[in-house]
Amino acid sequence: MSTQILIVAEHDGKTLNLSTAKCVTCARGLAEAQVTVAVFAASAAAVAEQAAKLTGVNRVLTIENPANEHALAAVLAPQVAALAAPFGLLLGPSTTFGKDLMARVAGLLDAPQLSDISAIESATRFRRPIFAGNAILTVDTTGVAKLVGTVRTASFEAAGAGGPAPIEKAAVEVALPTHTRFVSVSAAKNDRPDLQTAARVISGGRALGSADGFKILYSLADKLKAAVGASRAAVDAGYAPNEMQVGQTGKIIAPELYVAIGISGAIQHLTGIKDARTIVAINKDGEAPIFEVADIGLVGDLFQVVPEIERLIS
Amino acid sequence: MKRILVGIKRVVDYNVRIRVKPDNTGVVTDGVKMSVNPFDEIALEEALRIKERGGAEEVVVATVGPAECQQQLRTALAMGADRALHVVADGIVEPLVAARALLKLVEREQPLLVLLGKQAIDDDNGQTGQMLAAMWNRPQATYASKLEVTDTTARVTREVDAGLETLDIDLPAVVTTDLRLNEPRYVKLPDIMKAKKKPLDTLSLAELGVEPRQQLKLVRFEAPPQRQKGIRVKDAAELVEALKKKGLL
Repeated sequence: MSTQILIVAEHDGKTLNLSTAKCVTCARGLAEAQVTVAVFAASAAAVAEQAAKLTGVNRVLTIENPANEHALAAVLAPQVAALAAPFGLLLGPSTTFGKDLMARVAGLLDAPQLSDISAIESATRFRRPIFAGNAILTVDTTGVAKLVGTVRTASFEAAGAGGPAPIEKAAVEVALPTHTRFVSVSAAKNDRPDLQTAARVISGGRALGSADGFKILYSLADKLKAAVGASRAAVDAGYAPNEMQVGQTGKIIAPELYVAIGISGAIQHLTGIKDARTIVAINKDGEAPIFEVADIGLVGDLFQVVPEIERLIS
Repeated sequence: MKRILVGIKRVVDYNVRIRVKPDNTGVVTDGVKMSVNPFDEIALEEALRIKERGGAEEVVVATVGPAECQQQLRTALAMGADRALHVVADGIVEPLVAARALLKLVEREQPLLVLLGKQAIDDDNGQTGQMLAAMWNRPQATYASKLEVTDTTARVTREVDAGLETLDIDLPAVVTTDLRLNEPRYVKLPDIMKAKKKPLDTLSLAELGVEPRQQLKLVRFEAPPQRQKGIRVKDAAELVEALKKKGLL
């Protein structure tokens, strides 16, 4: 397998997503890796400049096309595939962007994919969690000419500042489909840190009782400059929007501090937080499984404890 | 005929506590309850609802896997699928092989929609739907939490990291389902009896012209590292103290 690695950048048109810097660190785990970051955008200059400044990046390619304004997998995948020839490994982040796109790229290239790479042991040995993190699998890729992968971002530090690496425009001659059309994206805007990259995260579960109940979490989060997450149960109940869900089918995060409030700790939730540096659990049920993984546990009524914590740190 | 093809996978049941085998060659599956992958159950439920609303005339369920998968196909038939297709394959079925086999079924069945779960809860790959869409050269909408189908297009709401994204896609297309799309129905006993009479066709990979390639070698399964047991504090004040001691406040 060639040590030429292509990373597909995730961005919103202006800012490079931190997940890309984590892919760079993952790629650098391969000896003699030559790392190229590809930026697909309507106008790529700002994002390309940020990518070029990441340490460990050898080259940035920009592929500008009005069709690339929204990251549609069906539109991006043929362009990624058209660039793929020199690369032995094509990586994207294991975010909804990367998971949607990279498997389509793998399908076009007829190349196998490793999802959620959590460690690179050698050029042909990778590790990844399976069964919601209940087992860690080592995979050998010997004989695979071209491999596609998604990177479990919680397993890697973001690459720091370096470079800058050269930025080149790439021309991709490939017909783009019009069968998939972007309509809208709705996301609640708030000033809190991004859940996926925040150093501190406070999450609530069904015990919060209502969307209103979450207000005591938001209030504490603002004091701590923390992001707010939620368990699947809380999202299913409509107490919090889907983008706040933490766990196997939500976001996998690795903050310095994770505070689980009124969350029992189903295995699917725990898989999303097991890389947190310190886990704090507050729950009225002392037998809740969350206490098995918590560094600090407090059995008590969250509606008394949470405002009390906020008062004590004010 | 307006047809929906639903891909399902037999997996270790959601509620089973997973244990890695002592010799690290896999996870324990002997005597363990097996089920339809929960995300695929949601895909099937959605297909049945579309049919019940008049948006399709037939729901065909398909799987690629060993002989035992027939149990899960029967469950799907009991839920309401009209017929089942079993592509028999032993050993590890990599997503490229599953997608290639499903593509062959798509060519035979000409569905207007293929529905699958967004990932299987055993290998957590999350690849088959996208690979099928790529090989078929048709649209994909992954992580669907809402699906509105018309004659020639579908509007899909997707759960993405930023929030909810809405796409319009031309049919035929592949849609993979997320948890909040619907709540699958329970199977009733009379339906289980009825399902025994529904058609279940068996095919082989060779008949479909699909090579059973395994390109990724599964070297070793390990239990994940356990976190150290923590401390208990009795109130908010002690908690704040403990956090300060760790330098977190």
